[in-house]
Amino acid sequence: MQRFPCPFCGPRAETEFHFAVEAGHPRPDGAPSDADWAAYLYDVDAPKGPAREMWLHVTCGTYFLMTRDTQTREILGAEDLG
Amino acid sequence: MSGWRHPTLGTEIDRSEPRRAKVDWTPIDGFAGDTLASALLASGPRTIARSFKYHRPRGLYGFGAEEPNALFDVVRDGVTEPNARATLTPLEHGLLARAVNATPTAERDRHRWLDLLHQVIPAGFYYKTFMAGGWHLYEPRIRAMAGLGRLDPNTTPPAEVQTRHATCGTLIIGAGVAGLVAARKAVDAGEEVWLIEQSAHLGGALRWRGGVIDGALWWDFVEDTRARVLASGGKILTGTTAWGAFDHGLIAAHQAEAHLHWQIRPGRTILATGAVERPLWPAGNDRPGVMSAEAAHYYLTLYGAVAGRRIVLATGADSGYATAAALAQAGAVVTLADRRAETPDAPTGVRHLTNQRLQSVQGRRELFGVTLNDAFHSADTLLVSGGWTPSVHLHCQAGGKLDWDAGKDALVPRAGTSHMEVVGAANGAFGLGAALVEAGVTSADTTDWHWHPVRPYPEQRGRIWIDLQNDVTLKDVKLAAREGFTSVEHLKRYTTLGMATDQGRTANFTGLAAMADATDRTIPETGTTTFRPPVQPLALTVLGGRRRGDLFNPPKRLALEELHRTAGAQFREYGGWLRPSAYGEEERDAALSEAQAARDNVAIYDASPLGKLEVIGPGAPALLDFAFYNRLSTLEPGRARYAFLLQESGIVFDDGVVLRPAEDRFIVSASSAHVDAVRFILEDPRQDRFDPSQVAIHDVTQAYTTLTVTGPRAQDLLRAAGIATDIPHMGLEEVTLDGFPLRIARISFTGDRSFELSVPLPKGPALHARLESARTKLNGHWIGLEAVMILRAEKGYILVGKDTDGLTMPQDLGWGGPRDRREDDYLGRASLRTEAANAPDRRQLVGLRVDGEALPVGAHLVPLEGPRRSLGFVTSSHDSPALGRPIALALLEGGAARIGQSVGVFQDGIVQTATVTAPCAFDPEGERL
Ligand SMILES: [Zn+2]
Repeated sequence: MQRFPCPFCGPRAETEFHFAVEAGHPRPDGAPSDADWAAYLYDVDAPKGPAREMWLHVTCGTYFLMTRDTQTREILGAEDLG
Repeated sequence: MSGWRHPTLGTEIDRSEPRRAKVDWTPIDGFAGDTLASALLASGPRTIARSFKYHRPRGLYGFGAEEPNALFDVVRDGVTEPNARATLTPLEHGLLARAVNATPTAERDRHRWLDLLHQVIPAGFYYKTFMAGGWHLYEPRIRAMAGLGRLDPNTTPPAEVQTRHATCGTLIIGAGVAGLVAARKAVDAGEEVWLIEQSAHLGGALRWRGGVIDGALWWDFVEDTRARVLASGGKILTGTTAWGAFDHGLIAAHQAEAHLHWQIRPGRTILATGAVERPLWPAGNDRPGVMSAEAAHYYLTLYGAVAGRRIVLATGADSGYATAAALAQAGAVVTLADRRAETPDAPTGVRHLTNQRLQSVQGRRELFGVTLNDAFHSADTLLVSGGWTPSVHLHCQAGGKLDWDAGKDALVPRAGTSHMEVVGAANGAFGLGAALVEAGVTSADTTDWHWHPVRPYPEQRGRIWIDLQNDVTLKDVKLAAREGFTSVEHLKRYTTLGMATDQGRTANFTGLAAMADATDRTIPETGTTTFRPPVQPLALTVLGGRRRGDLFNPPKRLALEELHRTAGAQFREYGGWLRPSAYGEEERDAALSEAQAARDNVAIYDASPLGKLEVIGPGAPALLDFAFYNRLSTLEPGRARYAFLLQESGIVFDDGVVLRPAEDRFIVSASSAHVDAVRFILEDPRQDRFDPSQVAIHDVTQAYTTLTVTGPRAQDLLRAAGIATDIPHMGLEEVTLDGFPLRIARISFTGDRSFELSVPLPKGPALHARLESARTKLNGHWIGLEAVMILRAEKGYILVGKDTDGLTMPQDLGWGGPRDRREDDYLGRASLRTEAANAPDRRQLVGLRVDGEALPVGAHLVPLEGPRRSLGFVTSSHDSPALGRPIALALLEGGAARIGQSVGVFQDGIVQTATVTAPCAFDPEGERL
């Protein structure tokens, strides 16, 4: 079981977290084209290797940005959104 | 019967405490401290098991988790443990053991004829043969004849294992000499040491081989190490199996006797799991009486159980010499036959032969001799020792790689490829001397165990077993190679080599070596299979822990549950909450009369699970405007509004009423099953889009009791309860009653005038008492959720997830207004403007009217003419006592435009006709609100 670093609580078991969304896909505000909107909703990079992702620590309710290696499972960093 | 009990030897047994178990209905006698295996060896019959596929007679082979043969279904305290290894099962009074895969007994198994067919049932036989008509036709018969233990359907193993999470400084797995030396070093370095040992005792092979460490006798060394670890604040877990290495260094371990399942996160992990002795491969090597030499040494010293009287110990390794000496000293006649020409000195009292090639085992029911260099040697027991295979499961599970060390004739861990340090025999330092040298401990004994790399001889005639437990022979491996299954992963799946409960501890290396030989490749070229948890079989009850029955998925409970029970409530789970379904014996009848009473007079129901998310602060209006489909910033303080929450895909995720008690305070009444999810949907923009210092979200759902009074006389009941209010529909007020805060919201989920009364949890009984006495005066009713479901369906009020599906958007429910009017941004907005969202054939919410029986929920709607296809389905259906007919809600393609038309309802091959109506069937003008 992996251990993720919540910026608020510190290291916790992976079962306390939910994956939220891949980072780096900002929401197109206003009136985006259908293609841009569909890309925002459904296109994911799912990289093999370092990945930047938004995660939710369910027990405290904090969303944060985590960088991790999806292949080695190494945690490369965690930043809060502040 | 060749095994015997030595009159004095046996450090583990207490001869003053006899123990008797029954194996295949025969009494087996031993002593306290014995295992089932040691007692069988000392006193029992040699054929104690039947093999998996061919029903060959099998005897005890090993002494630990590697044991491939001695499996029993063991009954203890009325609970059956299937496939228990005799080597790991303590001998207890009253223990019942049944040999697996044998009827009636291992000795007289009625399927022993199967072995005669071995020529025609090689590996892959089942795959190739039982194809016509499908495997399921043959499976029951084959399963009855092949396989291992049986589950007892009449007993349920207790759910008694608790999970315990822990961290420690240095975790050492294995308390043999290498693990103990590592523990001392870590303690000296000031680390907190946890030591895990699978057996009940520390010391590993020191316990039966003895030895001197750093000038100390082994037991002094063990006791001193134990004291040092404990004195430094460490922990020692014996009888504990570390069964898995998982991500980020997590080690899972099962401490059987204490019923604990450990999840340990060490700062550092040292693996000292030792090595398993390799067998040798004469023809007929599965004959009862063929045993691992190390096992014989172990049983002799610890239990005084001697493997035989006339023993041939065939070896290519140094480790067998001490074993031969010990057996001879105990009184057995021992011939030590070494494969090598250059050997250590012959032990005293042992007949020593060199340059010996072990060719075959002679015997029918019992072993009576072996053939060495074409010469027959009479014997009742053959001990084999073909070298050692490091136990590297955990290193490999943690991602570690192995290197082939030709000098050591073993695959050893490649340092730095897992997060563990591997020491001792697991790391290729075989024997006490080598382990001490590796650890840098001064020692008189610096000898390394060497061996000649022995492999199965391809030209040997007769049957040679590679995997005893899964009945895989050398011929099967060659067949796999011929048929192209040359990868070790394919070999494993084709022949089932190494896939049994012993995980191929004695078989995998041999299989790999035989495949390398058959394909003219080296061992590293051939590769190894993947190591996966568990290291050895683990009962599912360990993983399941206490999560069974009531604890499997415990529902949330109402604070007033007991009061409802007293009033005759039946309970059911709704969205994770245990709630009254109806107040009466027969649920359906009670629900109908409760629904009628709510329409005619007045009723009360417990609505406490309704979500209460407080959204507080100056930023609250902007946040809610963004999160909700309906604008909430325009809501006046003291008022409530019905609103939808959408996913970004435009799909309705939840609906509910949002209250605004004050300018900067909102309460979101999420559906009771969606509270957590709605909270996080709100938290996302709060943290990622708005200024989180300007708005806070607080889930107070479980801090309040909410009782809802509904019906034409709802206001009368409130008045009788001493609660005066004149708020309008969709109004709310917060008052004080008897010194406690009371929130009154006039919101209706039933279509009748309703008041939701919320008080802090401790005041729930007081509110209940007031309402209960008023209810009695007015002849009102308590109603359960089933009646509420009828009332809301009569009004066409939806339940998200029941009357909507993963495609439903708000305009499909008749709520197109905000989509058409709102100019500002909100969750899901762009999705509502796509072509798909505006297609004319979207499924829309409608009502259905039929006479006679209520429609079945889930029944598909079909055209009455033309090709039959699904136009949608029934989502809710009830008998309506108020209307005197059935009602139904449905999602119907282009439903809004079909109101007044007929549609078919298809169920079990029959199509009946229903009339499409507006969703609301009762009081469409809303005059009763
Ligand atoms: Zn946290």
